[in-house]
Amino acid sequence: MSMFTPTYLAQQLINALNLGSLYALVAIGLTMVYGILRLINFAHGDMMTLGAYLALAGISALVLPAWAALVLPMLVIALVGVLIERLAYRPLRGAPEVAMLITSLAVSSLIQNGATMLLTAQPRPLRVPSALTQRIAFGDLSIAVMDLGIIALAAVLMVALGVFVKRTTIGIAMRACSENLRAAQLMGVDVNRVIVVAFAISAGLAGAAGVLWSSKFGLVDPFMGFVPGLKAFVAAVIGGIGSIPGAMLGGYLLGFAEVFFVAFAPPELSGYRDAFVFALLLIVLLVRPAGLLGRGEVNRA
Amino acid sequence: MNHRIGWLIAGLVLALAGASQFLLNDYYQRVLSVIAINIILAVSLNLTNGISGDFSLGHAAFMAIGAYTSAVLTLPVRMKAIVLPDLPAWLGQLEVPFVFALVLGALLAALIAALVGTPVLRLRGHYLSVATLGLMVIVQVVALNWQPVTRGARGINGLPPFTTPLWAYGAMLLTVGIIWRVVHSPLGRAMIAVREDELGAACRGVRVFRTRLAAFIIGAAFASIAGGLWAHLITAITPASFSFLLTFNVVAMVVIGGMGSISGSVAGAVLLTLLPELLRRVETSLALGGQPLYGLSQVVIALLMLGVMIFRPGGLFGREELPAVLARFQRRRSAQRQAPHPSPSS
Repeated sequence: MSMFTPTYLAQQLINALNLGSLYALVAIGLTMVYGILRLINFAHGDMMTLGAYLALAGISALVLPAWAALVLPMLVIALVGVLIERLAYRPLRGAPEVAMLITSLAVSSLIQNGATMLLTAQPRPLRVPSALTQRIAFGDLSIAVMDLGIIALAAVLMVALGVFVKRTTIGIAMRACSENLRAAQLMGVDVNRVIVVAFAISAGLAGAAGVLWSSKFGLVDPFMGFVPGLKAFVAAVIGGIGSIPGAMLGGYLLGFAEVFFVAFAPPELSGYRDAFVFALLLIVLLVRPAGLLGRGEVNRA
Repeated sequence: MNHRIGWLIAGLVLALAGASQFLLNDYYQRVLSVIAINIILAVSLNLTNGISGDFSLGHAAFMAIGAYTSAVLTLPVRMKAIVLPDLPAWLGQLEVPFVFALVLGALLAALIAALVGTPVLRLRGHYLSVATLGLMVIVQVVALNWQPVTRGARGINGLPPFTTPLWAYGAMLLTVGIIWRVVHSPLGRAMIAVREDELGAACRGVRVFRTRLAAFIIGAAFASIAGGLWAHLITAITPASFSFLLTFNVVAMVVIGGMGSISGSVAGAVLLTLLPELLRRVETSLALGGQPLYGLSQVVIALLMLGVMIFRPGGLFGREELPAVLARFQRRRSAQRQAPHPSPSS
């Protein structure tokens, strides 16, 4: 077996970076919303699904160019995120934390089954422009343009987010809310505005991840976002829930762990990759529940 | 509740369930049994999600454990040789009575709940929700890949149809009875204390972690029994049967019935079993553009749940039980009878 050749290793590295980028994009949104509202947003993965359907419609029905088929879903899904916050979560402000968690489950089910009802559960193929599926050769190694694109695009989005959160007023307000919502409110931060922006960014990034995910794997179906959404939560926990850099780090780490599990574990175990990811979650919760970059506010009973 | 009345109701339910086996056709018998199984699921999930205040989403996982355990243990030996030829020899030669299979499944589920609960329940917050959903994915993946025992994606079919309404209602009454006793025991009081104020409970000597773990384990064991009953009702199981959808529906029963109320869970289970059964006809007849509207009943349930969360967060029953609600009604009625007509507003 050519398992340990440099080419094989490099190939797996690219795969890991790819998957890690996608997990990171989804995990950021989860961690942002959790940081401010203490809400585990189970409907977050479904933003990926909606983004993918929009890209599908954009490419196949409207014949949009590839960049527009990415940007348009991002914007629309950001709006959807704001809308869901307004209709489903805001009426519950001040209710016990579990109320929003239950609501997010219902929103998730609503999106999954609404899509099944209106669009059928049949997976639909998504064909990306052929320029994106071309492979570039680097010696023995050949990499698809799209894979490089995903890695680069995710990096650009994350740097942009980093600047936004560090430098802009609303970004600073967001971090303040994440630190202590009540104190931020007393200091005059417009909490509602911060929450709306957080939901917009969170959903937009997940929408983008959905477009990239479905372009990479070529299929769109109503349930596609559910498991990646859950795995992104694992990533967020690994990095330390509530911490944006943590979510990025956790996303990449999880991508590496998963890809290298499949690449180097005995082949009969590769079917267990999802089980491996969630076993990892249990181990992290046992050993270091605050995650790598978390602030350790997780109280032990 | 007055014990004599409780026993009377139980006897009546059992008699009716027994009679239904002679009076009703297969379809109605199955719907009746599904109602009982869903009551077991909802009442046992309520123990964590309503009583001890941890939000578990693991019921599909524990059902799967019970269903597969019971399937593998009760399948007749000559059937096993055909359906599951690669089973380890000792399992292949084993054929266990249904009751023992259910109990063994419950023990296995309890063990796994203890393994998952030990790291997770020490933490605050809703880590349990994610960890139990993760457990669901793990169980599904194992069922999908452990070919010799689970037959992978094809699942196991041709299970003996043990589950009759009598079995289902017997198990249901046992579950409701046991969980009622647990909730009204010192352990149950401790669970409620932990839910209301963890620190306060700890200060009064409640062992918080153990109490939460106990609720989770007991709930898992009963979910496993429901899984076993369900497997032998439908007589075919696949990994895909035990999905998020299943968990979500049980959660919806508990939430709509009223988290923390056993009566509410029973009512929620009855309501949410009958609703999709009625809507199924609409799904197939009310076609949009020639396509049947699959998913409609789930959409209705999701909307119902959103509505409950916003407009009536306590669900149907809040945290009250049926006797308390009835007593309140009675008091109000007698108060109305005694008081003269409300004086006209001046």
